[in-house]
Amino acid sequence: MDKIIIPKPKRFKRNLIILSVIFLIVGSGWFAGFNIFEVLTHLYKGGRLLGRMFFPPDFSYIPNIVAPMIETIRMAIVGTAVGAVVALPVAVLAANNFIKTKWLHVPLRVVLNIFRTIPALVLASLFVAVFGSGAFSGVIALSIFTFGLVSKLTYETIEAVDYGQVEALMSLGANKLNVLRYAIMPQIMPQYMSYTLYGFEVNVRAAAVLGYVGAGGIGQIYETNLAWRQFDRVGMIIIFTFFIVLIIDLVSSSIRKRLV
Amino acid sequence: MEKIIIKKQGNHFQTAMKILYYIIVFGLIFWGTKGIEYKGVMKTAAGTLEALLNGFINPDLSYASNMTIDGLPFAILETIAIAICGTFVSAIISIPFALLASQNIVGQKVSKIGKLIVTMIRTFPELILALVFISVVGPGAPAGILALGVHSIGMLAKLFSEAIESMDLGVKEALESCGGNYFEVLFRAILPQVSPELISYTLYRFEINMRAASTLGLVGAGGIGAPLIFAIRTRSWSRAGIIIIVLIATVTIIDQISGRIRKRIV
Repeated sequence: MDKIIIPKPKRFKRNLIILSVIFLIVGSGWFAGFNIFEVLTHLYKGGRLLGRMFFPPDFSYIPNIVAPMIETIRMAIVGTAVGAVVALPVAVLAANNFIKTKWLHVPLRVVLNIFRTIPALVLASLFVAVFGSGAFSGVIALSIFTFGLVSKLTYETIEAVDYGQVEALMSLGANKLNVLRYAIMPQIMPQYMSYTLYGFEVNVRAAAVLGYVGAGGIGQIYETNLAWRQFDRVGMIIIFTFFIVLIIDLVSSSIRKRLV
Repeated sequence: MEKIIIKKQGNHFQTAMKILYYIIVFGLIFWGTKGIEYKGVMKTAAGTLEALLNGFINPDLSYASNMTIDGLPFAILETIAIAICGTFVSAIISIPFALLASQNIVGQKVSKIGKLIVTMIRTFPELILALVFISVVGPGAPAGILALGVHSIGMLAKLFSEAIESMDLGVKEALESCGGNYFEVLFRAILPQVSPELISYTLYRFEINMRAASTLGLVGAGGIGAPLIFAIRTRSWSRAGIIIIVLIATVTIIDQISGRIRKRIV
């Protein structure tokens, strides 16, 4: 039987890309001092630590977790609400199709980009330095973080709206505010709310570690228990957080599915 | 001119439900604000803020040009290296997890267990993972790589499995009917089909990991985080300023490059 010969495509460029990616990965592994054999031979130590966390976790610690967990959820709710409310008008201004003044939306986008690049933990530690430790600093950090996230997603949605409705209203002589109210808002509202809920899910996770830098919530008891090496309590906190996050994610994603 | 009257759609029940939703949402927000203790802005806040802004205006340039191991360029490069390696490690480990969580590969029952495992990994806080790995390899960048590598599985495996679940099964069945074994099916049918999405998601996660890698230093897992937190705690604002400025610039550049590549792939 003859062999079927499929002519090979020219793969020089592809191979060059693959080679440079491998070079990048190996190079950064070398730079960071990553040694897979060292990891594998010492892996049992990590297993031992996990064993101390989860087998068994300290169930008697649950009552002490509830209060900081509630504070975490409160921080996430308030942070999301503030950030999302501010994000809506800013997103309208930052979208390039509704208001066509370039000097407005270009700098706005740069600012939004900067807000999104700073990790929430860094923001929180800055605010702890300014406003003192506590949930208040955490809420401000979460608000700014949510603001950056929601406003970016929303202005992208505004730019993608069906422009027919806008033109229909304008041809009837509607002014900008009416166009905004009756053509743009109804179209973006479901997505905007969905993004806000998504931001809330992210914020619950983020709020859970913000306490590590003193910004309130459950992260604070992580820090104290880690400092005292009470790993069974840390394990309990992780399990408790897992269930809370799971419930919130389930509720939030079922609402999001109905919205969009 | 007559006013245009648009008749409201929907019945009373829907209106009632709408009002109920609003009450729930505002109630939740009100409940949230009650718990946030506002101790009043500290008297030093204005001074601190001024010093902070001053630090951003006059950043510590000598730190940015310090080419030794204690300097900013080294720390930034280390952060990028942690993000690259961590993302790569997690992309590799995510593939088996994704297969395990895909309904059309392993069946409904197993995929549910796989999805649960992936969700559990996602919820495990990165910082705690970093601590676990510090106990394995000691403090430093390798612990950060492992922490990112494991934590990212939570998101990557989920996205990968969604890509696998929505792929065309014809190729897989064709190979199976020709007698292809499991690995042949995996490498010749499944992975080639989903690889553009896989690469795109991996790059997206790389962008996220760049940000995460910059906070891992908080617990001693390498990167820019340690000098940054140290600068903030000791209130050396000009140094914190230069670190944050360079960090923003680096992350923005990487986002741009990665975004361009992602647009070309998919």
